Amino acid sequence: MTNPAPTTREDAAVTFDGVSKNFGEVKALDRVSLAIGRGEFMTLLGPSGCGKTTLLKLAAGFLAPDGGTVTIDGKCVNDVPTYKREIGMMFQNYALFPHMSVAENIGYGLKTRHVPRHDIRRRVADALALVKLTGMEDRKPRQLSGGQQQRVALARALVINPAVLLLDEPFSALDKNLRASMQIELRDIQRKLGLTTIFVTHDQSEALSLSDRMAVMSEGKIRQLGTPIEIYRRPDDPFVASFVGDTNCLRGEFLGIAGLEAVIALGGAQIKVWGEHLSGARPFASVDLFVRPERLRVSAPDEPGTMTGQIVAQTYQGGHVDLQIACRACGDNLLLVRSAGDQAMTRWPVGAEVGISIDAEGCAAFPVR
Amino acid sequence: MTPRSTYQRLLGYAGWLVVILILGFLILPAAVVTIAAFNDKAILSFPPQAWSWRWFERALDYPDFRTGFQNGLIVTAWSSSIALVIGSMFAFVIDRYQFAFKRVIEGVLVSPLVIPHFTVGLGFLILAAGIGWNRGISVVVACHVVLVLPFVLRSVYVSLRNLDSSYELAAASLGATPLRVLLTITVPLLLPGLVSGWLFAAILSFNEFTASLFVTSQRTQTLPVAMYNYVREFADPSMAALSVMYIVATAILIAFANRFLGLGKVLNIEQSH
Repeated sequence: MTNPAPTTREDAAVTFDGVSKNFGEVKALDRVSLAIGRGEFMTLLGPSGCGKTTLLKLAAGFLAPDGGTVTIDGKCVNDVPTYKREIGMMFQNYALFPHMSVAENIGYGLKTRHVPRHDIRRRVADALALVKLTGMEDRKPRQLSGGQQQRVALARALVINPAVLLLDEPFSALDKNLRASMQIELRDIQRKLGLTTIFVTHDQSEALSLSDRMAVMSEGKIRQLGTPIEIYRRPDDPFVASFVGDTNCLRGEFLGIAGLEAVIALGGAQIKVWGEHLSGARPFASVDLFVRPERLRVSAPDEPGTMTGQIVAQTYQGGHVDLQIACRACGDNLLLVRSAGDQAMTRWPVGAEVGISIDAEGCAAFPVR
Repeated sequence: MTPRSTYQRLLGYAGWLVVILILGFLILPAAVVTIAAFNDKAILSFPPQAWSWRWFERALDYPDFRTGFQNGLIVTAWSSSIALVIGSMFAFVIDRYQFAFKRVIEGVLVSPLVIPHFTVGLGFLILAAGIGWNRGISVVVACHVVLVLPFVLRSVYVSLRNLDSSYELAAASLGATPLRVLLTITVPLLLPGLVSGWLFAAILSFNEFTASLFVTSQRTQTLPVAMYNYVREFADPSMAALSVMYIVATAILIAFANRFLGLGKVLNIEQSH
């Protein structure tokens, strides 16, 4: 990752320190602490109602915390109104002012800062060039496509050189192809400008592909903070394991610890997995084993060390094939296996008996509560 | 086209017939008055035997109608503008703030919808006499403000509800002070609602008769009151001619509003964006 995690508060562009926010009885945020480094692209990921948007609104100043402090550039901003914070924000619906032209929209933040008129014109032109919309100055927002509107919203947020860029699910209104190209473009611009960014999304693949670091949230708390690879490979709890990326959950039996690894019995087979979360478990306790679908391998049945199962469905995805497999070891749930290429289509037809082996590298095990 | 049975086709024709009958019924009075206005005879009869423009000339020349028209314009302009300012402020407060007795205040503000116009008129008449308020144009304006306020309030309130708060938040995030947000974002985006509120109020005020009858004097009578006084003495078609001119003027006004703001927006039928 390009930007190391900040070590001291002075390094951080934005910090939340023990921040709480209640809406009536509901604890939207429960003593959340998070430090975002300069130039870092930080994603807040979680299901709706997890508090990620509330956290973003606290950074923007749309809400005030009930407890704790928010700082931007080392200064506490708890009592600083939105219009005095140096932030750029992109909204889910872009919130382009419908009664203003593209140039007026982008120049709005410069006008409020009393930038001279000819400077505004130049900086608006530069911002339009940055988002590849040169020549669109006089259009009205409703005359633009969704992707163009988003570029204008980005230009409007960037042109004021904000201390931090806040993004509230900006891609959710775009279709899939446009979304991918806008994500690449946004990340490219953000890197070029070295802009500290807080990005809110409920889309885990977006979070994995864009972030320097990401915070997975649920029920007003940060469940895990780390780089996308750390989050995907080493989830800290069952929620993170199942929310980020596709996964299979298998019920197994804990046999014991061998070094750093835990030994787990699973449908007649024994596998060794990274045992950090099982250190206190009693022998023969039930454990949930989370396995990524690309970490399962299908082979001929009765191969030693495999579980047996039967193919229930194949889904051709172009680059890979998703196999749904019924398997005694995983009870009523079907096992999802992702097989690269398309050989699986012919090799493992529906109804075929197969053996399934697990690559322990892609597993996370947690005691059943 | 999907194939349709004879039965369905007959049902379709019957449906159109009902629609046409209802529309015809709606414009029937206006049509009758329009035709009667061109009657050459000095009686309000239907259908006319001979045609003439002379009642239009008479209506335009009659001094009481002229002063009534002028008074009406003055009262309308003042009352709907004052109601717009007061109504907008209340709509804003009710939409944006939570406070005790909010429901009560809302109730009082829309109460003129419940209280009959003659009660309001009578109330202002007694009040004006009681406190020695001379029955000038100000009493009429005050009375009309009370009557049209609920409509303005409602119109602005609906516009405010439909206003996406993210516009204002975006402006604040770009460094705009609350006053600047109000002047450059909120008010321009509310403009259709404000205009529609004002227009409704103006049409209501200009038309208002019942309460006006109580609070106007000979000197301050508005057009409907002048028409009422006229019809008590004469029964010639100049009334009808006046009605036709009124309908045409209102239609032109609404056509203008439609041209420049969009009728859907002005009447608050569609959401503003």
